[in-house]
Amino acid sequence: MEFKPQTSVSKSRSHLLQGIQAGLPIFLGYFPIAIAFGALAVQAQFNWTEAVLMSLIVFAGASQFVGVSMFLAGAGAAQIIIATFFLNMRHLIMSLAVNDQMRKFTVGWKGFLSFFITDETFALLTLGGGEGQSEPRTPTYMAGLMITSYLGWVSGTAVGGLGAGFIPAEITTAMTVGLYGLFIGLLVPPARKSISFAVIALCSMILNWVLGLIVDTGWAIVLATIVAAGLGIILIKEDV
Amino acid sequence: MKILLVIVGMALVTYIPRLLPALFLDRIKFPVWFKKWLQSIPYAALGALIFPGVLLVEKDQPLLGLAGGLMAFLLALLNLHITLVMAGSILIVILLQYIFV
Repeated sequence: MEFKPQTSVSKSRSHLLQGIQAGLPIFLGYFPIAIAFGALAVQAQFNWTEAVLMSLIVFAGASQFVGVSMFLAGAGAAQIIIATFFLNMRHLIMSLAVNDQMRKFTVGWKGFLSFFITDETFALLTLGGGEGQSEPRTPTYMAGLMITSYLGWVSGTAVGGLGAGFIPAEITTAMTVGLYGLFIGLLVPPARKSISFAVIALCSMILNWVLGLIVDTGWAIVLATIVAAGLGIILIKEDV
Repeated sequence: MKILLVIVGMALVTYIPRLLPALFLDRIKFPVWFKKWLQSIPYAALGALIFPGVLLVEKDQPLLGLAGGLMAFLLALLNLHITLVMAGSILIVILLQYIFV
């Protein structure tokens, strides 16, 4: 290895590698769940290309499972598309927070990177990398993280679409818990350091649980997030 | 044909909410309260994503998800790397399934 001053090219390459590394847990979490999705899509009379195409251009786990399940149940195209739209409203809120970190990027980068916003990439980008290990918030870092996650989802779908359902249900359950482990592992460290953030998260959980008894899951998450984040207006003291 | 229509339609309605903030966020000068709200979104969203969803990973066995969630919580309290937190929650669930099923 040669030692020389970091040029902007080598810097952006190292940011890309850091991003890929940061995205690996999501890749591993997505892969088996995408296999389950691919298998389900094939059972729902999608051919392999259609299953993979859906993961390529939709890239939203919950929506894709709901979409294919509705298709299987005989729902019409318009019904499926409308249901998906409402299920995805939470990404609007998440995209606000992610784009807040991308203010200095060109609109092209912002538009490109925003395609890859999911529950998991959002969680990692906004809460990942605790203090001390400040991760670069550059376009190449974010692209590395997001495209790694994306490849986990797309490649998993491709595999699942080939050998319909050879992953035992127990493994899929365990890997789903793994994604919750990702959320919890990202939330706990900052919530520990700030009582305000801990209170916001706890209130959001309770709110989401109560709302879930009244409205459907997608809306409960959106409403709980909007309202509980509103507590921050009162709880956060310092100017931001 | 219907499948293609569903896929393309879903792609559009999924991308639009993701894209809108990229186009409009920096056109507007936001007041301080909005910035505080924005800053709080990750914590609120993660809270809502975790609970009660974690209990429903196996519909008939909420304790399974609870065990995985608690394991992740404990490991996260120890400040372990995110990969280890995930691995711990996955392993406890596999172990419990192996013991009880």
